[in-house]
Amino acid sequence: MLKHSEPESMTTGNVDELPSPTGFSKRPRVMRFYNTPRIIGRMSVVGEKESKGPVGKYFHKCETDDKMGEKTFERAEIRMFDTAVRGAVRDARLKIDDIDIMISGDLLNQMTTSSYAARDIGVPHIGIYGACSTMTEGLMMSAALVDAGYFSNIVCAASSHFATAERQFRYPLEYGCQRPPYAQWTVTGAGASVVSKNTKETERFPKIVMAIPGLITDYGINDLNNMGAAMAPAAMDTMFTLLTQSGFNADDFDMIVTGDLGKLGSDILRQLMLDRGIKLGQNYIDCGNIIYDVEQKCYQGGSGCACSATIFNAFIMEKLLSGEYKRIAYLATGALMSTQSCYQGETIPCISHAVVVESPFLEEK
Amino acid sequence: MAESTNAVKARNDRYNKFVETVTPKTNMVKAMFHSFVVGGITCMIGQGIGDIVKAIAPSMSADMVSNITSMVLVTVAILLTGLGVFDVIARQGGAGSFLPITGFANAMASASMEFKTEGLIFGTSVKLFSVVGPVVVNGIVWSSVAGLLNLWIMGM
Repeated sequence: MLKHSEPESMTTGNVDELPSPTGFSKRPRVMRFYNTPRIIGRMSVVGEKESKGPVGKYFHKCETDDKMGEKTFERAEIRMFDTAVRGAVRDARLKIDDIDIMISGDLLNQMTTSSYAARDIGVPHIGIYGACSTMTEGLMMSAALVDAGYFSNIVCAASSHFATAERQFRYPLEYGCQRPPYAQWTVTGAGASVVSKNTKETERFPKIVMAIPGLITDYGINDLNNMGAAMAPAAMDTMFTLLTQSGFNADDFDMIVTGDLGKLGSDILRQLMLDRGIKLGQNYIDCGNIIYDVEQKCYQGGSGCACSATIFNAFIMEKLLSGEYKRIAYLATGALMSTQSCYQGETIPCISHAVVVESPFLEEK
Repeated sequence: MAESTNAVKARNDRYNKFVETVTPKTNMVKAMFHSFVVGGITCMIGQGIGDIVKAIAPSMSADMVSNITSMVLVTVAILLTGLGVFDVIARQGGAGSFLPITGFANAMASASMEFKTEGLIFGTSVKLFSVVGPVVVNGIVWSSVAGLLNLWIMGM
């Protein structure tokens, strides 16, 4: 737990008094999906390091070679993305031709990974950028489009690669620099889900019942390495909205999952929520916190689109399908900065979207 | 409007202060010890190379010996970078591996390796100095200033 001298120093009571849009707004934000779109297919591909972590055994495929036999790391990421998407479609017992559209994103400039992969897959494509929150953004949009009846099968995916993200946001791979102890490690991997409309055949799959689009939240952190602290307020805002507007309490969820806050970020989030009067208990985990083992020396944990995308499609979905978790809230957080904006002295705006997924075994009261 | 901006600023300051109290800090004593050891060993190896060169060719001038020593150190650093060992050492060594000439060699070699996928001109050539650029620029600027000062003082 956190130790800090003045517990009331961060009392966010006065934050609420701030005028919109920076303050806490009471505007209704919950999207409810009454036609309950189902997640009928999933696939997660990870790198070697991730497969050795605590949840390693849940992942579907592990790529031991960082380049996967391709010429560049970027090509490798595209291939990983392709594998995840095709795998998810296969898992849903569909063919690529059955997929109506693909909604996907990644970390690289101009979203090259997902666009190039979409070129090869040959499915209509909507590219989204939510940094590390891409997977929830994709699920939210897919669920909305399926729920409204525009499409019946949508695949949504997200990917990140340590080597490609590192060269874009930080230094060359072999450059010998020290990272501060609060840094995070970009996850190599890709995750994909197939969202489908609710029919007789698909009703045995987990359903998306609710989503909350995030509010861009910026609490003035400008340290490029301290992502957890920058993103925690965004997660707090969305989580608070979820717990106050959805009609569910924190105890109604078997698991509340945040994306990639890391150890430091999730500790800060617990404290921020406590300041708002909500105590997060054992049912709160952070994907960045659990993807690596402490001994793997990844500082505060994992980050990147793939961090929560792979864990959601592997570990969380597994538990939902088996009925061990009845209802989960999945809030991935994203830091929407670029290297330029940070060097220009700008602070880091962050976002967090939430999706509530229920197991088919949940009994209606 | 001004009031709300101030309120936001106050909240951000409050949050930044709070984050500072919970963020883990680098252990200064440990980091300094590590960089002392790594930097010291690097310098000892350099001295050893110098001594060997001197033993082989006693008539060589001191300048030449130090040039050859630097060349050997740079070559070794580049080799270690290519083998993927240097960054492992540097993660422990910090300033100890970053300050000597080996750090400079590593920065250039890693950048050229990283960007060779974009081709010889737009990749390696353009990005070769992406990390060491500031070192080169500042080195030239400040040595020019020092030279001018020297000239001016000598002129008096």
